[in-house]
Amino acid sequence: MNAMPEFKTLIEEIDYGTPASPSEKLVTLNIDGRDVTVPEGTSIMRAAMDAGVEIPKLCATDMLDSFGSCRVCLVEIEGRGGLPASCTTPVADGIVVKTQTERLDKVRRGVMELYVSDHPKAWNPDAGLAGTEFDKVAAMVGVTENRYGTDGRNHVEPGVAPGNGSLNIDYIARDESNPYFTYDASQCIVCSRCVRACEEVQGTFALTVSGRGFESRISAGMSENFIDSECVSCGACVQACPTDALREKSVLEMGRPEHSVVTTCAYCGVGCSFKAEMKGEELVRMVPYREGKANRGHSCVKGRFAYGYSTHKDRILNPMIREKITDPWREVSWEEAFAYTANEFRRLQYQYGRTAVGGITSSRCTNEETYLVQKLIRQGFLNNNVDTCARVCHSPTGYGLGQTYGTSAGTQDFDSVEETDVVMIIGANPTDGHPVFASRLKKRLRKGAKLIVLDPRRTDIVRSAHVEAQHHLPLKPGTNVAVITSLAHVIVTEGLFDEKFIRERCDWAEFQDWASFVALPENSPEVVGQLAGVDPEEIRGAARLYATGGNGAIYYGLGVTEHSQGSTTVMAIANLAMATGNIGRKGVGVNPLRGQNNVQGACDMGSFPHELPGYRHISGDATREIYETLWGVKLDNEPGLRIPNMLDAAVEGTFKGIYIQGEDILQSDPDTKHVAAGLAAMECVVVHDLFLNETANYAHVFLPGSTFLEKDGTFTNAERRINRVRKVMAPKNGLGDWEVTQKLAQAMGLAWNYSHPSEIMDEIAATTPSFAKVSYDYLDEVGSVQWPCNEKAPLGTPVMHIDGFVRGKGKFIRTEYVATDEKSGPRFPLLLTTGRILSHYNVGAQTRRTDNVVWHPEDRLEIHPHDAENRGIRNEDWVRVQSRAGETTLRALITDRVSPGVVYTTFHHPTTQANVITTDFSDWATNCPEYKVTAVQVAPSNGPSDWQIEYDEQARQSRRIRPALEAAE
Amino acid sequence: MTMQLAGTDILARTRSVIDEHRALEGPLLPILHGLQEEFGYVPAETLPIIAEALNISRAEVHGVVTFYHDYRNHPAGRHVLKLCRAEACQSMGGNAIAAQISQALGIGFHETAKDGSVTLEPIYCLGLCACAPSAMLDGEPIGRLDADKIDEIVQEVRS
Repeated sequence: MNAMPEFKTLIEEIDYGTPASPSEKLVTLNIDGRDVTVPEGTSIMRAAMDAGVEIPKLCATDMLDSFGSCRVCLVEIEGRGGLPASCTTPVADGIVVKTQTERLDKVRRGVMELYVSDHPKAWNPDAGLAGTEFDKVAAMVGVTENRYGTDGRNHVEPGVAPGNGSLNIDYIARDESNPYFTYDASQCIVCSRCVRACEEVQGTFALTVSGRGFESRISAGMSENFIDSECVSCGACVQACPTDALREKSVLEMGRPEHSVVTTCAYCGVGCSFKAEMKGEELVRMVPYREGKANRGHSCVKGRFAYGYSTHKDRILNPMIREKITDPWREVSWEEAFAYTANEFRRLQYQYGRTAVGGITSSRCTNEETYLVQKLIRQGFLNNNVDTCARVCHSPTGYGLGQTYGTSAGTQDFDSVEETDVVMIIGANPTDGHPVFASRLKKRLRKGAKLIVLDPRRTDIVRSAHVEAQHHLPLKPGTNVAVITSLAHVIVTEGLFDEKFIRERCDWAEFQDWASFVALPENSPEVVGQLAGVDPEEIRGAARLYATGGNGAIYYGLGVTEHSQGSTTVMAIANLAMATGNIGRKGVGVNPLRGQNNVQGACDMGSFPHELPGYRHISGDATREIYETLWGVKLDNEPGLRIPNMLDAAVEGTFKGIYIQGEDILQSDPDTKHVAAGLAAMECVVVHDLFLNETANYAHVFLPGSTFLEKDGTFTNAERRINRVRKVMAPKNGLGDWEVTQKLAQAMGLAWNYSHPSEIMDEIAATTPSFAKVSYDYLDEVGSVQWPCNEKAPLGTPVMHIDGFVRGKGKFIRTEYVATDEKSGPRFPLLLTTGRILSHYNVGAQTRRTDNVVWHPEDRLEIHPHDAENRGIRNEDWVRVQSRAGETTLRALITDRVSPGVVYTTFHHPTTQANVITTDFSDWATNCPEYKVTAVQVAPSNGPSDWQIEYDEQARQSRRIRPALEAAE
Repeated sequence: MTMQLAGTDILARTRSVIDEHRALEGPLLPILHGLQEEFGYVPAETLPIIAEALNISRAEVHGVVTFYHDYRNHPAGRHVLKLCRAEACQSMGGNAIAAQISQALGIGFHETAKDGSVTLEPIYCLGLCACAPSAMLDGEPIGRLDADKIDEIVQEVRS
């Protein structure tokens, strides 16, 4: 059978003009002779579009509330006078609407003519083909003349100052300050869609209309350049603009795209859907996809604009080998690289034993790729020495929620936040780390939901335009368990718990045991407040609000997990939600905000040494048998080594080879010196990545990776949503990451033969009950699903634990506070905690290779003015940060966002080496490192530390590449 | 544009004006009026302070300040003369009056005399149409403008 030729088209989403009405009551009206039935409260504009009648519009778009300023969308309604705007007029039963009459035509043309008379001279009526929304509306309305001439004060050539001595006092130079888009006031029709997008969609309020009448101009901040204003470069305004006033620079440079493909962002765990808009094989721009259920048409600066790393000159495109890490790299063919690697792994296993090798899967790669890496290790290496970077971020989530609820994932979808009344954010900084979710959250907060924040730092969500937390508990790093248990103390002792829910859904005896524990006086806010540095009244207020304020939802991040008591904190959070009945319906729940795009997926796919896909323990005979039958090997029934164990074993000399896909353990894992020692002790380190990352300094084989634009697959986001990643261009390195792993497996003698990632997903679905109904065809059909997706839940599971917990009865677990061994004292009096910033992502390997560096060129140490003054530190001074583990230097940023006694930094830049100072303390249950608490001393410094200088030199040496020799004639 | 940070004096005076009005419902306009009274204009560097205090963006404050012509972004002269330029006054010879005043004061609209004595501003309807052409000097309405009244006004602002 011949396949139909595949035509590539530009996906144009229908813009209904105004948001959907949530009403369940239906209303029938007649539009242009057709009867249309829509929910009450729908605008006439939207109802018409529903019926396939497009009413021209300029100031309306369905991402924004109706505004009614452009006067183009006028209609006639029988029996009513005048010409009402269809965007602001709601439907009514039985009304008869005309969208096209001679009178309307005339009025619309008159209005459009006025707009045109104010538009640059370059505009012409045929420009409709050029493709801005303005052009299309002009074509639709049929503007054929301009009786007002082109001499108006606003009527300037686009971007060109008026010449011929005719100075135009209203001319404003084009604002090119943002690296990704331009603002050209001459093109602007002041429809204020950008202003409203910034307010309603993004929630930053960085834009306004300055002046009035003819002097009205869109202004960023106080008529500042965009880059100096409050703008966070999310791109919502650019997307909303119906003219070229706000336009992506890439479109101005490359022209308009001709086809597009829907795919999923590869940055954070929100998992936004985007249209990759293409011109041939070149990516012109990424536009958020309105159908995307995680982001609903919104984006942040990373997903929208920061994709330039995929073509950055640093990207390595050829495989490379070297015998010793002191040698320069030698470029080789793929065949040689696979043969060499396979030989090395086999040799190491022969020489040092079956368990002397292992691998690490990546939370940045697809589910399919992750599945293959763990399969290679289990089936090919015949051991369970597989771990994933989730070890260092959300492994306590898996453990904690698994123990209490029976499943290792968040309980809600992101839409749930729209029905939340009280939001509690613990150890997360959503406006920086998960910006698109933060925008949805802020929208809800502006509509009246209450906010509680537990964070040592005053993050933006605590207080920023139109959002203010009712309670901010600036707890000392390391005291999460005490403070959350103290919240439970208030709920229990004041009788605010939900007895009905607990009796129905949990074990009452267990609850009573837990209740008697939390009610102990040592868990009271008065005692805990002292040790955590929080006002006891704030703890009491927060607990009361969460327990009694309506639907309570908890969102938490790495500030919860990356502690020596990370798992305990997760359990304490789970207890809190159960005790108040905030589980199992919309608007409530416990939601980990995942750091990376596919942390959830990597965990789901059996990346942990003790678990097969779907969180089934390796010791389970039935589960093992499924894979043993399919893979034709005997699987080890004992868990393998975790990352820190692998490194320890390497230092001891029993672990010799590792395959690391898409993770930079040297930069992202704690105690850099220990990681370096472990890697240096291995005989074959294989790094599979886009760039020569820091870990690659210790690698013997480098396998070039492919970007998310270059392969098919799926990512699973923080709400368990399985989203498709679609290939929009051929891999620049020649092979998708799944193909690399497959070829390596083949070189090791495994009979793998996947011709497309969909076949890998089919294998996952066939072997994993919670994925049973997932296939690429099904995902194409329904867009995305949230696991579990099987016979019982064919459309997936937006909200979990609705009728009962996955494990049966919800389990209350005592959460005794045990202070970390990492304590401040006379030598190290300050506590260092770490975090992220909006414009950068994780270790920055991608975002540092984009123009995002204009926002954050270096990591800074945030320090309270008192602590700074004590030490004679001024803003921007170089300071040395010293811990028990090591020292580094960076520049200081003096701010009262941090409390006295606490310092804070980001870890986006390798030169900062924040992890040189973090210690090797880790979560008692999962080994998740305690990044968030390090006792340090801070002192003025002259510049980089010896380690930083030494390290830079070593990195420079180890990145030398000797190109392949030209074949001799 | 680089933003000038407010000096301690401006900062303290701004804070006290804000504190006076912030409890009101819709405190922004009263605060701006208060600042104009305090400083004679609304200094640009006070805008971020208002934004911070009211927990709104500085863009929003800027949008409001620039919308109303009455809020000045620089100090006015010691006297402010507002001359009505609306229809009724124009029909009663307002254009000629405007030209005479402008000549007598030596300044055009939106300008301040070099000696800082007076600022001339157009205004669109004082509601004194029955006594057109009209003006307002330092808040005092003046009706039926003619050459004599212009002389008086000039005397007043020059004294």
